[in-house]
Amino acid sequence: MKGKKLAILSALSASVLIISGCSSGSEDSSGVSIEVPDIPMHQAMGEFEGELNIVNWSGFVEPAWTDKFTADTGCKVNPRVAGTSDEMVTLMRTGQYDIVSASGDAALRLIVGGDVQPLNIDLIPNFSDDIAAGMKGNVYDTVNGKPYGVPIGRGANLLQYNEDVTGGAPESWDVVWELDTPYKGKITAYDAPIYIADAAVYLMYHKPELGIKNPYALDEAQLAAAIDLLKQQNQVIGEYWSDPVAQITSFVGGNTVVGTSWEVLRKFAGKENLKTTLPVEGSTGWFDSWLVSSTTKNINCAYAWMDYTSKPEVNGAIAVNFGMAPANTAFCASSPEAQAHCDTFFAEDEEFFKRIWPWTTPIETCVDGRKDVKCTSFQDWTNAWATVKG
Amino acid sequence: MTQMTQVVAKKQSKPISSYLLRRTKVRLLSILAPPMTWIVGVYIVSLFLLLITAFWNVDPFTSLVSPGFNLENFKMVLTVPAYIATSIRTLLIALAVTAICIFFAVPLGIYMAKIAKPWVRNLLAVAITLPLWAGYLVKIIAMRLVFTEEGFFNWAMAPFGIRGPGFSIPIVILTLTYLWFPYMALPVYTAIRQIPPNLFDASSDMGAKGFTTIYRVVFPLITPAVIAGSVFTFSLSLGDYLAARFTGGATQMIGSIIAQNINLNPPVAAAYSMIPIFFIVIYLMVARRTGSLERM
Repeated sequence: MKGKKLAILSALSASVLIISGCSSGSEDSSGVSIEVPDIPMHQAMGEFEGELNIVNWSGFVEPAWTDKFTADTGCKVNPRVAGTSDEMVTLMRTGQYDIVSASGDAALRLIVGGDVQPLNIDLIPNFSDDIAAGMKGNVYDTVNGKPYGVPIGRGANLLQYNEDVTGGAPESWDVVWELDTPYKGKITAYDAPIYIADAAVYLMYHKPELGIKNPYALDEAQLAAAIDLLKQQNQVIGEYWSDPVAQITSFVGGNTVVGTSWEVLRKFAGKENLKTTLPVEGSTGWFDSWLVSSTTKNINCAYAWMDYTSKPEVNGAIAVNFGMAPANTAFCASSPEAQAHCDTFFAEDEEFFKRIWPWTTPIETCVDGRKDVKCTSFQDWTNAWATVKG
Repeated sequence: MTQMTQVVAKKQSKPISSYLLRRTKVRLLSILAPPMTWIVGVYIVSLFLLLITAFWNVDPFTSLVSPGFNLENFKMVLTVPAYIATSIRTLLIALAVTAICIFFAVPLGIYMAKIAKPWVRNLLAVAITLPLWAGYLVKIIAMRLVFTEEGFFNWAMAPFGIRGPGFSIPIVILTLTYLWFPYMALPVYTAIRQIPPNLFDASSDMGAKGFTTIYRVVFPLITPAVIAGSVFTFSLSLGDYLAARFTGGATQMIGSIIAQNINLNPPVAAAYSMIPIFFIVIYLMVARRTGSLERM
C-alpha cells in the first residue's frame, strides 16, 4: 500500500502535465489537439534486456506463444493479469511494468498522464497494412498524430437477448433503457463508469437536440442527460455486471433476458436461445492495444513483443483465445477455422465496426473537436456513476 | 555440594533467562514488543494512511493522486444523496443480519447446550462450523446459483407455488446471515453451556414458563456473548460488497462504492470507508453503555 503510494507520487512528480483546448500542437484527423508530456520515442533497436513485465487481460499472454518469443529473443515474459481498465492504470503507474494491453478507456488516461511513451512504428514491421483500418489512428491511442499503441484486437458491446422470451432480435436498445420495457427486472448492464457512453449513444440517436456528436465528449448538460437516462434504467434493471461469470450465469439461469454482452460471453454461455444483435443506435466497444511504459527498462524486449504479437498467427492465437476480432486481418485467410473465427467476430467487417464507438477516456478536451466548451472528465463520470445506483 | 554446583551451572547455561529475571521492565517490553509492533505497524499505521488519503486530491485529467488537504471528499460522502442512501441501506442490512443471527442462535444454543443428547450436540456443532471450511466466495456463488430464476430454490418451491424474490436486498441479507451465523452461534452456545442447570430449575420452580426463562434468566446472562457475536456479524456485514455484487441484483452497499472508487478515486474511497468505521464506533459505544463489554 505504502509502496504503491510512493510510486504514484513519484510518477506524479515525474510528469507535469496540462491539457488545454487552445494549445498549438499538430492536429490529428479528428481535429483534436491534446497536450501531452513530451516523452522521446525509441530510436533504434538494441540488445534485448532479458525480461518483459506485462500487465494484460486474462488470455492475452499464454505459454502457447510466449515460449517461442522467449526462445527467439531471450526475453523472459512475466505476465500480470488485471481485471479492469482501472486496475491496469493503477498497475502501470507503479512503474514495475513495461507494457500493457490497454483498452481505449485506459489508454488515453495513460497517455495524458505521461505513463506511456510514443512509439516508433518503423521498428515494428508487422504493424503493416494488414492491421484493420478501423484500429489505426483512433483518438484513444493516437494523440496529435503520434501513435502510442499497437492494436491487438477489438470487440463490440452488443445487445444479448434470450430468444425464447423476446421472440426475435430487438431492433433498438430501448428494451434496456425505457420504463415501458417488457423485460423489467430482467435487464443487465455493464457495471463501470464507461457505461455512461452507452447511454450517450442511445441519446445521440433518440435526442439529437442534445447535440451529442461523440459519446466520450459530453459537456455538463449532456452528461446530466445521460445520467438521467441511467437513473431511469436503474428502475427497471435486474443486475449490473462486471464479472463475466456472473453475467453468464445470469443469462443462463433466466434472471436476465436482455442486456449488454460480448460475443465471447454468448459463446461461453453455450445456449442456443441466447443471441446477440447490434441495434439500430449502434453501440460502444473495446479496442485493445499494447502501450509501452515511459519508464521501462526493457524497451527492446517491449518492441520485439509488439512486433511478435502483431504477426498474423500470434495475433490470431490471442484473438481466438480471448474471443475477439484480431487486429491483423491477414490471420483470417490463414485457415477455414481462422476465417470462421473472423466472421463470428466481424474482424473484417469495417461497416460493422463503423457503428461501434471505441471506448475512449473522457477528458476535459472535447474529443469531438468542440473548443467552445469544457467536456466532462473521467473523474466527473466516476462521481456521476456512483449516483446512478442510489 | 556437587549437587549445588550442578544447579548453579544449569542456571548459568541460560544467560537470557537469568538476565530477564533480574530486569522486569525489559522482560515486559520483550513480551509486548511483537504484538505492539503488529498493532501499531499494521493496524494503526495503515488506518492512519487511509485517513490521510481521504484528504488528498485527485487530478481530474489523469486520476493521479496527490497529497494535499481538502474536505471535498468528505463533503461528497455526506451530501450526495446516493451515498447517504447507500450508507443507510448498508446499516439496515447489517442490523437485519445481526438481528436474524441472534434470533436463530439463542434457541439453537439452548437446545444444543441443555436439551440435545451429546451426539446430537456434536453433530450440530459440526454442522454450524462446517460452512466455515468452505471458501467465502464459493459460498456466495453457491447462494447465487440457488436463487437464480431456474435455480434450486424456485425448483424446490415450485410445488407450493412459491417463487424466490430474485436477486435483491432480502437475498443479500440471507446470504450474509448464512456467511456470518457461526460467529454468532458459537459464542452464544458456549455462554449458554456455562449457565448452571439449577438456574433453569429455579426459574421453573418459581413458575416461569419457557419464554419467560429465556427472557429473564438466559438472555441477561448471555448478553456479553451476544454482543461479541454481533460485533462480528455487524461489522463483517457493513464491510461486505461481494454478497451485494453477486446476490443483490442492483443493490449497492458501502463496500460496492469503495470498491468502485479504489482505483478510480482513492481519496473518495478512503473518505467513504470512514462511514463504516463511524458506525462501528457508535455500535461499540452503545455496547459499552450496556456494560456488557466489561463482562466480555
